[in-house]
Amino acid sequence: MARREVPEVNAGSMADIAFLLLIFFLVTTTIEKDSGIARQLPPLEENDDEVNIRERNLFIVNVNKNDQLLVNEKPMELKDLRQAAIDFIDNGGAPNGTADYCDFCQGLRDPKSSDNPDKAIISLQNDRLTSYKMYIAVQNELVAAYNELRNRESQRLFGWDYTEVKNAISEGNYRGNVEQAEERLREIQKMIPQKLSEAEPKRKGS
Amino acid sequence: MAKFTKKKSGDLPAISTASLPDIVFMLLFFFMVVTVLRDSNLMVENTLPKADQVEKLMKDRSVFIYAGKPSERYRESFGTSSKIQIGDKYTDVKNLRYALTELRQKLRPELQDKVMVALKVDEETNTGIVSDIKQELRELNMLKIIYITTPGNELDF
Repeated sequence: MARREVPEVNAGSMADIAFLLLIFFLVTTTIEKDSGIARQLPPLEENDDEVNIRERNLFIVNVNKNDQLLVNEKPMELKDLRQAAIDFIDNGGAPNGTADYCDFCQGLRDPKSSDNPDKAIISLQNDRLTSYKMYIAVQNELVAAYNELRNRESQRLFGWDYTEVKNAISEGNYRGNVEQAEERLREIQKMIPQKLSEAEPKRKGS
Repeated sequence: MAKFTKKKSGDLPAISTASLPDIVFMLLFFFMVVTVLRDSNLMVENTLPKADQVEKLMKDRSVFIYAGKPSERYRESFGTSSKIQIGDKYTDVKNLRYALTELRQKLRPELQDKVMVALKVDEETNTGIVSDIKQELRELNMLKIIYITTPGNELDF
């Protein structure tokens, strides 16, 4: 009997199979990139020193259990919060010539509001029954107020946006001198420090 | 002479598709490597709130905490009040520290001090549970947290 050769397997449909798999993986892939609002919690300290903060340097944002805002004891809509926070931080109420004088502030210089951005403290108080959605929305607005001011100052001093450069550096695609840019970012952070305190909420619905 | 003229006549030669499978396989392998199949299945509802003032999360140094109402299929046995999930199971506030310490040890040693806690909390949850988690984190001295959000803004509709 003559030795018959094994017939070659037809590989023509290989591409189809591979395409099928490829499409499956293409559809299921979610290149997850989580992002969010970063916060630093205060360290736990037993002996809480009473820090004396003047009332004018405090911006108290209170969110009650019905998700309503109370800013310095006056009700406010969420959409007005950002501008109110900017006005407060940027006020620069300390008179010219004193050590606290803020030379870059463009606010109203109202002596009844904050002295300078370094002294201005935003205190966020919430109820245990406040919804998380509202809580994040308020945080977002407050962070936005800080970012807006930081952008304004970095735009004035260096000609770029603070948030843009910060994102570019963290993603590793900043073109130019990274160290110098980081130094400048720190400079802006020092000018307008993010002083946002989150108090522990009240035990029960008020 | 006939030999040469024969070649000239005729249409364009067909493009060989023999290397097509190779190209496709290459793409396939790329996506297979890049794909991360969810390692922990969610047992809580997880609609994240919207925010636009965000920072990117560094995955290599973060541990995840989920919180929200139990998903529909777990509701019969666990009720509808908000629960905390770490890894693959529900945890309560008291056990949080053990679960978190365990998770932290899974990270690369040089990054364990820089650990960042990513909170994935459902938007319908009360803030009370988040405060409990934060209090526990302060006691554990894991002070860097990040509230994971989805792009957008609550203000525009």
